[in-house]
Amino acid sequence: MLLKRLTEANGVSGNEKEVRDIIISEIKDYCTSLRVDRLGNIIAYKGGKPNSKKIMVTAHMDEVGLMVRDIDSSGLIKFLPVGGIDKRILVSKTVLIGKDRIPGVIGAKPIHLQKRNEWSNALDIKELYIDIGAKSKEDAEKYVSIGDYIAFDSQYVEFGDRLVKAKALDNRVGCAILIDLIKKVEDVSFYAVFTVMEELGLVGAGPAAYAVDPDISIILEGTLCYDMPKVDSHQIPTYIGKGPAISLVDRTTVYNRKLRERVVAVAEKENIPYQFRKTSMGGNDSGKIHIAREGSLTTTISVPCRNIHSAVSVASLEDYENTYKLVEAVLTDLNEEGYDELQ
Amino acid sequence: MSFNSQLLSKLVEIYGPSSNEGRIRDFIREEIKDYVDEIRVDALGNLIARKKGEGKRVMISAHMDQIGMMVTDIDEKGFLRFTNIGGISPIYSYGQQVIFENGTVGAIFCEPVEDPSKIKLENMYIDIGAFSKEEAEKKVSIGDICVYKGHFSENENVVFTPYLDDRVGCFIAIEAIKEIREPKNDLYFVFSVQEEVGLRGARTAAFAIEPDIGISIDVTSHGDTPKAKRFAVGLNKGAAIKVKDRSIIVHPYIRETLVKLAKEKEIPYQMEILEFGGTDSGAIHLSKEGVPSGVISVPTRYVHSPVEMASKIDINNCTKLLVEFLNTEFDI
Repeated sequence: MLLKRLTEANGVSGNEKEVRDIIISEIKDYCTSLRVDRLGNIIAYKGGKPNSKKIMVTAHMDEVGLMVRDIDSSGLIKFLPVGGIDKRILVSKTVLIGKDRIPGVIGAKPIHLQKRNEWSNALDIKELYIDIGAKSKEDAEKYVSIGDYIAFDSQYVEFGDRLVKAKALDNRVGCAILIDLIKKVEDVSFYAVFTVMEELGLVGAGPAAYAVDPDISIILEGTLCYDMPKVDSHQIPTYIGKGPAISLVDRTTVYNRKLRERVVAVAEKENIPYQFRKTSMGGNDSGKIHIAREGSLTTTISVPCRNIHSAVSVASLEDYENTYKLVEAVLTDLNEEGYDELQ
Repeated sequence: MSFNSQLLSKLVEIYGPSSNEGRIRDFIREEIKDYVDEIRVDALGNLIARKKGEGKRVMISAHMDQIGMMVTDIDEKGFLRFTNIGGISPIYSYGQQVIFENGTVGAIFCEPVEDPSKIKLENMYIDIGAFSKEEAEKKVSIGDICVYKGHFSENENVVFTPYLDDRVGCFIAIEAIKEIREPKNDLYFVFSVQEEVGLRGARTAAFAIEPDIGISIDVTSHGDTPKAKRFAVGLNKGAAIKVKDRSIIVHPYIRETLVKLAKEKEIPYQMEILEFGGTDSGAIHLSKEGVPSGVISVPTRYVHSPVEMASKIDINNCTKLLVEFLNTEFDI
């Protein structure tokens, strides 16, 4: 299954090749043109019915992870975060290091040896290490080098009522939907862009948008979800199972209202469930895309993901399918007349 | 001294929060269309008006957008929860009236809290006097943005009202458009969008215009009220010529030209070194291959509150300085 292959591939920001190779092999027979730019973004074009406006659909390929910072004399590995990592989720996780996927475990001082004040404080990343079973620095250096990327080691598992657990659902869900769109949508002309290094600050999206110069963009994302009981409804950013989340505002974009209303109108017409993303925290590639060159319109449509940026993110396959349906319907709708009304 | 209170009072009362500037844009377009050679609106909504001239291409930017509050949730009883669009202060907002684009009026209040100094926006709500979710949803939708409902007041010295930031800049730009009959430079007046959320409109406008010189007109803070933080800008001390803020170090040629003109034309001025905040020139000066840019600031008290206050004489001096600047033969 595509989502399984994509989430089990490693593509920590700046090291997206493994994911990029899967995507290219999936889409190359369905695109009119395809190229990889100097930063590593995939810029593909799918020709359909002629359209005076340029439509772009994007999804970032990268995921958050870690990087080898140092190897100590006993062969333990010290590391840096790559992207937004909550240090509290790191202890006792299994990881894979470098191209050869060297397995390791993130260790820390056992509870027996901790002082009382250490119980109540999360361990800092500097106090954590990765054990790859090496006997010495020299031994470890046979397998691992400083600068190697480290990814969470986590299998794709389906469970419960059509839920999946995997690492990197942010944003392999977006990549998988975009691959499906390229394969299945016949009548619409659009650029499909898979970006790099979103998690480091929307790095790839700016140059990609500069090159494509779109009029309208749809950004596909896996977004945060925290739908726990006893939280006031306005503090729940998204819910699992309530459909694609349409963004209102985040730290990088205030989304164009008319385009948002058009997306909502399509969802209602096609009877696709949807929800609004109720938090203004976080950001995504839209931030760089909508202010590239002379500016353009953007909308972000996301699959809600619990435990985002961890080894065990959770999403609903039903949300995934409804997100695909909504984006397909929006693409078809945007290919019709009426772009000028969006201004 | 004459002061066009009528125009400024209209400008501050027209709805136009960041990303939804349609109404204020329509008003400004009507106001200036007979005085400019070309006028257009770009994809993000910037209003770009050109007064053709032979000299340097100059971009003048004043932002149309205002800070506001976006509805993110409507509860069962009809109360609205919101997030900030731009720099909204919980303390300034507590107890204020707000108004939506369709005229719906509401009041901002807060859940009971032990320590009022720790109020956060997530504990606040907007009450539009609806008695159920259904009733509220007839008036307001998630994603709608409201703004402070205030009104314009003045005396012989000052004006005070919400949203001098930056409708007073729009006012100065409009006055300059009307006053300059035969432009010596090629002037692109930009009434920009989304400044309050990160100088976004000015960036795309500058990309399109490719100016030789950039100048923006915006409000700045004050240091002349009781126990105010040390800051050498005060009301009634002249137009403020920016040296730096968080978004830009003003190009020395632009700064020195402004100072020279102020001295020559006997326009009172003061130098502004702002330790926080930024404005459109921050985006303009980094556009493409770089653009020497500066800022003329209106000294303003209580910025981002519903009672922003500025001196009428300062405002007129800013207009005078801008007109002189735009009529300069630039040597750069």
